[in-house]
Amino acid sequence: MSYPAEFLYTKDHEWVLVEADRATIGVTDYAQKELGDVVFVELPRVGDSVTAAQPFGVVESVKAVSDVFAPVSGSVEEVNSRLQDKPELVNSDPHGDGWLIRVRMTDPRGTEKLMAADAYETYLRETQTR
Amino acid sequence: MTSQADVALKRTALNTIHRAAGAKMVEFGGWEMPVEYSGITEEHWAVRRAAGLFDVSHMGEIEIWGTSSPELLQYLTANDIARLQIGQAQYTALVYPQGSAVDDCVVHRLDRERFLICVNAASTEKDFNWIMTHNVAEVGLRDASADYSQLALQGPKAIEILTRLTSADLPGLRTYWFTRAVCAGVEGLIARTGYTGEDGFEFYFPPEESERVWNAILDAGRTQGVVPAGLGARNTLRLEAAYPLYGHELDEETTLLEAGLGWICKFDKGDFIGRAALLAEREQGLKKKLVGFEMIERGIAREGYPVWIGGRPVGKVTSGSPAPFLQKNIGLAYVPPELARVGVGLEIEIRGKKVAAWQVALPFYKRAKSSAPAN
Repeated sequence: MSYPAEFLYTKDHEWVLVEADRATIGVTDYAQKELGDVVFVELPRVGDSVTAAQPFGVVESVKAVSDVFAPVSGSVEEVNSRLQDKPELVNSDPHGDGWLIRVRMTDPRGTEKLMAADAYETYLRETQTR
Repeated sequence: MTSQADVALKRTALNTIHRAAGAKMVEFGGWEMPVEYSGITEEHWAVRRAAGLFDVSHMGEIEIWGTSSPELLQYLTANDIARLQIGQAQYTALVYPQGSAVDDCVVHRLDRERFLICVNAASTEKDFNWIMTHNVAEVGLRDASADYSQLALQGPKAIEILTRLTSADLPGLRTYWFTRAVCAGVEGLIARTGYTGEDGFEFYFPPEESERVWNAILDAGRTQGVVPAGLGARNTLRLEAAYPLYGHELDEETTLLEAGLGWICKFDKGDFIGRAALLAEREQGLKKKLVGFEMIERGIAREGYPVWIGGRPVGKVTSGSPAPFLQKNIGLAYVPPELARVGVGLEIEIRGKKVAAWQVALPFYKRAKSSAPAN
């Protein structure tokens, strides 16, 4: 699977799609493969605030519990409620239907530390060959 | 993921094969082991419906022989060695004086005065030293772990698949019996044992033949739907079957009675280490008891999560996971014995929130009567 060029990426393997001051957040294809079969997703509520580089939710596979970190700061406008009954969407479509939350960003400069797709792919190659 | 840690990990003879098959590798008991190939859920279902092949070469093997070897084992383990016939295997435990387990293990009686003990990977050295410390009668003792690869073929199709590779009478081999046999051209020991709650076999053989045996079993079972399976599925399978795992349900602080292993404590066989403490505990009552539970509300219990009953913390989860076959979230926990009762509700504290569960009967999963003749 390729990494969409319009997304930005974190070192913790989240992606974010920024459109004006709105940001859609999910985990990357690499992350879902590392997690294995996703069976449970715990997300914040609409109206909650999330802080860049802080955990905002939890994704559980059969084997493990993993925090998901916010790529940007903001207040939650929408959560992907389909994941409650179909957490496996995170595995089958991590960059699409498996998105996690949408936030209204409080700080538009918050994306400066994030990686573009090509930088993220380089980062993955370096991580995997280590 | 540091490179230093990788260097220190032991590898089974099949390490390269696992990597080539796309397995995700993890550390377990000092070994680098495959945790999953195609996915834990798929591998788990394959074992319940068809068959799964596990590399369990990390397990330790200790050989004990000599005139006094039966007496030594009788003194060091809870179960009754005198009831163990040549060719038979026995689930038991090495016991501390306080009644807790040094380790749980399977003793195979190779001959009247020769035994092979299969022990947990992380405990091998501890077990070996424990036995050696109590060896007063010059019993032969050897850590033979490096001499064996161990593969477990588990599932309802295991017998059909393995029959294609050996002339051994597998249908005649009863549960917890073993035989010396050639399998896939390699001589070894085939035992009708396992850790999944299904019928199946464990094959012990020389490590240099590992690749040949591994490939032969996968080839022979292809049409039956055999898949390579990792430690992830091994754990969810054993949890559904409610088998204890050392370091989780069993440790130095937990007695065999508390862990529900009273059935391996044969008090009438004569003295053994831990007997007095276990008898006293049976007399005076347990301090805690292992129970099974099922989540009612949404949430997955995990090891270490606090257990609450009636508004107070009463214990800890020892193992918790989604159960792929039962399609429930289940777990094992220790609670005070007076609160241990099927049907009694409890709450599991998950990330600060109390989530409802209730106690259910163990095991969570029991297979329908198999074709294997009973003991």
